[in-house]
Amino acid sequence: MALISVDNITKTYAMGDVEVRALRGVSLDIEAGEFVAVTGPSGSGKSTLMHILGCLDRPTNGRYTLENRDISSLSRNQLAEVRNSQIGFVFQGFNLLARTTALDNVELPLLYGGSKDSSSDRRKQAEHMLAAVGLTDRMHHLPNQLSGGQQQRVAIARALVNNPSILLADEPTGNLDSRTSIEVMDIFQQLNRTKNITVLLITHESDIAEYGSRIIRFHDGTVASDKANLVQRIAQDEIADTTGMSDDDSTDRPIDLAR
Amino acid sequence: MSIFMVLRVALKALARNKMRTSLTMLGMIIGVAAVITMVALGRGAQSEIETQVQSAGTNMITVRAGNYRSRGVSMGMGQSPTLNSRDVDAIRERVPDALYLAAGVRTRDQIIAANQNWNTTIQGTDIEYPQIRSWATELGTFFTTTQVQSAAKVAVLGSVVRDNLYGEGIDPVGARIRIRNQSFQVIGVMSSKGAGQFGEDQDDVVFIPYSTVNKKLRGRDGTNISQIDISAASADSIEVVADQIADTLREEHALGPGEDNDFMVRTQEDLTRIRSQTTQTMTGLLASIAGVSLIVGGIGIMNIMLVSVTERTREIGLRMAVGAKSQDVLLQFLVEAVVLSLVGGLVGVGLGFGLSESLTRFLSWPTSIPADAIVVAVGFAAATGIFFGFYPARKAARLDPIDSLRFE
Repeated sequence: MALISVDNITKTYAMGDVEVRALRGVSLDIEAGEFVAVTGPSGSGKSTLMHILGCLDRPTNGRYTLENRDISSLSRNQLAEVRNSQIGFVFQGFNLLARTTALDNVELPLLYGGSKDSSSDRRKQAEHMLAAVGLTDRMHHLPNQLSGGQQQRVAIARALVNNPSILLADEPTGNLDSRTSIEVMDIFQQLNRTKNITVLLITHESDIAEYGSRIIRFHDGTVASDKANLVQRIAQDEIADTTGMSDDDSTDRPIDLAR
Repeated sequence: MSIFMVLRVALKALARNKMRTSLTMLGMIIGVAAVITMVALGRGAQSEIETQVQSAGTNMITVRAGNYRSRGVSMGMGQSPTLNSRDVDAIRERVPDALYLAAGVRTRDQIIAANQNWNTTIQGTDIEYPQIRSWATELGTFFTTTQVQSAAKVAVLGSVVRDNLYGEGIDPVGARIRIRNQSFQVIGVMSSKGAGQFGEDQDDVVFIPYSTVNKKLRGRDGTNISQIDISAASADSIEVVADQIADTLREEHALGPGEDNDFMVRTQEDLTRIRSQTTQTMTGLLASIAGVSLIVGGIGIMNIMLVSVTERTREIGLRMAVGAKSQDVLLQFLVEAVVLSLVGGLVGVGLGFGLSESLTRFLSWPTSIPADAIVVAVGFAAATGIFFGFYPARKAARLDPIDSLRFE
């Protein structure tokens, strides 16, 4: 059985008097360890799909099973638990808490996990995750003291701190320059390869979608195409090619996700 | 999520906006401080009354002439000639627990000593008056039975009168003063007693035998008196003694069963009760006005929390996305409101202490802060926080995670 399985789901919104059919019968299977890029023009339903897959929303019709569990019928609180333990979110706007240190931001999902970890245990886990994304010496910085790439790495550390099986990224490179975008893609690819985390990348940029091993194109609320990406871009190689040419912020520690 | 963790999350959220947090608390601080100060003033006034009662003597009973109707015309208290010195003898004889008795007549006149003069109360009284009021002479002596019987022209000065006629600390015993062109010998000076129950200066008085007032100053046959001061044997028996006195006087005055008393018996307790009630009413009134500011403070908290929920919509959405349940969000905002009101309340108690202390120090107003007022004020502050914090917190908890994340 696939990790994620959606069967003929639909989603209909009421926007004023107009009914918007955001998803019109989508069926998908995603296996554990895949790096899936979901792409398509705005309004094609890819964000709606992500909200449903991310358990932020429920489909109007159809079935969604995550790790053999039917999600369609769960309560609001049960969905919160699934989000907390199984899914890590990365957003376009980073969504870090303002005036809150990187460390406290990363610790946030641990607070809602209901584990009996002591506060020093939680602190250690958050420190470990920040170190893994190369921000050892930025732990006590506030979001407005960090660059866009650094903020997105804090957000990634936050998404990973509860060891989720799925990483859901909604336009993660939308607010970043191309070089930083490649660095973020490198982190995703490393996570996917070394830790076998299933990555779901939502993007409208087709060149970013090419970092995925499988590309699903959406159009008008349906899947227009769904195929393996035979020419997957490898972020690590691209970084290696350009090193030495750029004056990147070299204060950042190397990323070491194998830790 | 444990309540301890909720508290930590709430405190961190409040610490992120210190200016707004302290301004929001200000309403609560002022409200609680006002309530505490008002109650402190009220209690201070009350305990001062108690002290005054102690100093006046708790066993005191006063009988005043009056309630006398002459063909339908009511006469004022103490003015009608319904008490006389025979009544004193009758009480002394028939009420054994009336320990000390003193007939009294009051008048007011100019006192002249050499080139100084002073207008004051002239209190005609009897030899047991110092025991009844537990009030000793500072210099010289009070008058004797012989002096009362012979209507001797002797005077004992209150300390204020002495100060004004002779100067502070001067011993005028043996000197002569003039009242209505008659010469009196000063035989003593009373110790200072301070302000009385109604704010009057008890030391602004001259004591002379009641018989002298009647015979020499008023020029009438001296048996009518305006009041009798009595000291009961103990504070416990005061009501019984008061009743016995009333019975004796009714008998003396030959009043039939249906007739009203032509005198009035007041115990010290009656007077205290009336004054305490007045003070309590006043305290209650002031404290409730101050209480209104507590409610206003609570509404201020609700206002800020509502703004805060709107402003932090994305934060709420994010918290929900990473696993916060509705009740986690509800509790966080509720705890924030309660922390605001509770900390504001505690600071307010501190400020109330400071204000009360300053009033006592700089204006000499007596204050006393009862422990229960602190508990009630802080408890009310916390309750206000829960009450006014609940609506914004529920609003936050009911937000939709997707809409909140997209909120601009």
